[in-house]
Amino acid sequence: MLTWLSLLVLALFSGAAFSAGRRRAVAAAGGRPRVLHSLPDYYGTYAALWAGVPAALLLLLGVMFGGRVEDAILQSSRPAAVQALELDRQDVFYSDARAIAAGKAPSEVTYEGELKTALDAKVAEAKRIETILKVGILAASAVLALAGFLLAFPRISTEFRARNRVEGWISVLLIGCSVAAVLTTLGIVLSLVWESWRFFQSINPISFLFGTEWSPQIAMRADQVASSGAFGAVPLFAGTFLIMLIAMLVAAPVGLYSAIYLSEYAKPTVRGVVKPLLEILAGVPTVVYGFFAALTVGPLFRAGFNAIGAVLPPGPLATYLMEVQNQMALVAGVVMGIMLIPFVSSLSDDIINAVPQSLRDGSYAMGATKSETVKKVVLPAALPGIMAAMLLAVSRAVGETMIVTMAAGLQAKLTANPLDTVTTVTVQIVTLLTGDQEFDSPKTLSAFGLGLTLFVVTLCLNIVALRIVQKYREQYD
Amino acid sequence: MTDATLGAAAPRSAFSAADERLKKRHRAERLFKAQGMAAIIIAMVFLVVLVGRIVAQGYSTFETHTLSVPVYLNPDRIDTSDLTGVNYDYIVAEAVMKKLGVQDDDLGTVSTKVQDLVSRDFGFQLLNKLKADQKLIGQTITVSGPLKADADLYFKGQIERETAEGDRKLDNQQLDWLDQLKKAGAIKSGFNFAFFTNSDSTEPEQAGVLGAVVGSAMMLIITALIAVPVGVMAAVYLEEFAPKNRWTDIIEVNINNLAAVPSIVYGLLGLALFINWLNVPRSSPLVGGLVLALMALPTVIIATRSALKAVPPSIREAALGVGASKTQTVFHHVLPLAMPGVMTGAILSLAHALGETAPLLMIGMVSFVPGVPEGFTGAATVLPVQVFIWENASERAFHERTAAAIIVLLVFMIVMNAAAVIMRRRFERRW
Repeated sequence: MLTWLSLLVLALFSGAAFSAGRRRAVAAAGGRPRVLHSLPDYYGTYAALWAGVPAALLLLLGVMFGGRVEDAILQSSRPAAVQALELDRQDVFYSDARAIAAGKAPSEVTYEGELKTALDAKVAEAKRIETILKVGILAASAVLALAGFLLAFPRISTEFRARNRVEGWISVLLIGCSVAAVLTTLGIVLSLVWESWRFFQSINPISFLFGTEWSPQIAMRADQVASSGAFGAVPLFAGTFLIMLIAMLVAAPVGLYSAIYLSEYAKPTVRGVVKPLLEILAGVPTVVYGFFAALTVGPLFRAGFNAIGAVLPPGPLATYLMEVQNQMALVAGVVMGIMLIPFVSSLSDDIINAVPQSLRDGSYAMGATKSETVKKVVLPAALPGIMAAMLLAVSRAVGETMIVTMAAGLQAKLTANPLDTVTTVTVQIVTLLTGDQEFDSPKTLSAFGLGLTLFVVTLCLNIVALRIVQKYREQYD
Repeated sequence: MTDATLGAAAPRSAFSAADERLKKRHRAERLFKAQGMAAIIIAMVFLVVLVGRIVAQGYSTFETHTLSVPVYLNPDRIDTSDLTGVNYDYIVAEAVMKKLGVQDDDLGTVSTKVQDLVSRDFGFQLLNKLKADQKLIGQTITVSGPLKADADLYFKGQIERETAEGDRKLDNQQLDWLDQLKKAGAIKSGFNFAFFTNSDSTEPEQAGVLGAVVGSAMMLIITALIAVPVGVMAAVYLEEFAPKNRWTDIIEVNINNLAAVPSIVYGLLGLALFINWLNVPRSSPLVGGLVLALMALPTVIIATRSALKAVPPSIREAALGVGASKTQTVFHHVLPLAMPGVMTGAILSLAHALGETAPLLMIGMVSFVPGVPEGFTGAATVLPVQVFIWENASERAFHERTAAAIIVLLVFMIVMNAAAVIMRRRFERRW
């Protein structure tokens, strides 16, 4: 609240700086605006920027990091009574101290004796630190705002190149925004690597990547030491691969054939109807596909296989088919394939359209039929691009979460049977990170290990795909 | 003549191999075309089945059955010193039993069975009425509210009398009572307004989408406020100002790769960066909006760059020619002309963000939030996550509501996509 108020005051001050700067420029011109280097508004903007931006940045930093600084100061000295506690109890103690100081509800832990006095002391200290920090930041931003204004205002004269200076600010802003994209990548990599590193301190990376047994729940029990076999991710990779394979078996032929039909055979009217419909299919949120898979396709397939099992002569196969579950890999794979059809189709469509017409004309002139032209001329020419499209689709399938979370199982099994329940990397990440989290247990941290693996795999697929596209895109231009 | 026919016959045999081949080739041609058509038809069938199933499962949610009964507020049962402690459900059950003409037995089995038919909403209504005016005690007031979800499903034909009694939630007696109430005119069907004015609830008949819709809107506001300005400015820099060197190449490759990073990885980033490191409150629209903004950023940048590319260089040259600076050229001329394309791209990426679920599960948005979110830092839920939560619920009535929530979500997405298409058609300029 206080921060918002001070930001508002700052905005008003900045506005005042604008009009003061503008007025000074106009006054300096003495009624002949042409002697000014820049338009008067630029002088005002220059003053306003110096008055407002540095102070606003400081306030923002205060909001983002004030709590952490307060924590660090508060925890720099630990009374003996607190040091006697276990580490996570100490954390609870400090968060309670801060909660009471801020007037919020503390946890239900009761403190007695020395701890109580220590708590009261810390609460008082927390209150003091918070006041000092708040007042300090406010005062510092006020000083910054004034100093900025006083720095900028006297420089305003007819000779002063205000426009260039303001444009300098603008280009800093623009560069900052484009760096944001890089920072996002950096943030992803750093956060994944950092948390995974903590995970790999307790679990050997080799046994994580090549172990064949995945059961993080076992390692969670307090009386049991985390056995290295419990975090072997191979069954998850196998499950992800199986579902991806099924999805691609659905999406690749259907998507590619529909792209060929749309770009080579379809009349403009058909194209005009089918393309938007495919776009609708592409725009449907994945949670909807998940719902469809779990409540429509799953029961349907199960009923189908059960019926086949009932018709077959009695035997192990018939018994097996009678007992298949809703959550088989086939269901998630097929629905994911449906989701990928428009993706494959629109990418392939673009690539096929990029093949120059002269190639087709040459083929027709030799007497080839349309399908021969497509098969022997257009597709070979478009092959690298189509390969890239398939790789991008694979990357989507590997990273897809909601369909598998809702329609695939949780049981980590090493199997190639599409009627069996399998689990995937993304399903496990979701299961590990929803619900109660302790940020020191290998169980929670393993999600970041899986996330890092997922990120690296999809990144490689994307880079290879983009390379292929870039390399072959201009082959015929 | 005979010579001619003979002469013609000989070459025909020579060509017949070619004819055969041609026939074969044409057959292959027809087959190939049919395969393409089949692919299109398969895709369209999938679309129809997907949408059709969801509408078929969800449309019945929009109808609801309400019961109105005169309730006698028995002074013996109401303790005025503790209004919240009163067993209103029993008072309502009494009223319904009176209407049905049945008596409760000593064990209370009849009243329990009756309570299974009537929503607890009645009890809350009575409590609120009494809180407002205690003089109502001892009087008879008419209260109307929803039936319990299972009773509602019976009237919608989703619980059928033909099913064996043990396999359904309601027994024969309860179904008889429902028919009796219906015959007496106490039960009316109507449009389910409550679905749009209630938030999530553990009782299916009281659960609605309002909280999720408001949460989605708040989250999208944050996403739009961050992703659109930052994305547009980044694109302006890369397209108009950036020198072509190794650094800008890295940024470009980077953005293309970011657009293809799985969304769940953004969730992990949000968890590690915003929640664990910056202490943004969990499951708030703020943290959800921040995560989705990072996710939408690359798509906004890519869309803006292509819109900027479409503005012909003559515009830039003309502006520079009359003395505008580079910055003025871009911000006064190029960007306004590219704006329709920019806005189309922005709306499309926001529509995509609206349907995103996986990253939000990572940042704790799966919690049960019974009301409309209190603010940008309060706990909230959003439409796609609401779909996920309801899909996991075991009650059958929630499945119907899940499909209905999906319909609401799809309507929002269609509106946004249509807005983008209209904008593109309306303002598109060919140079």
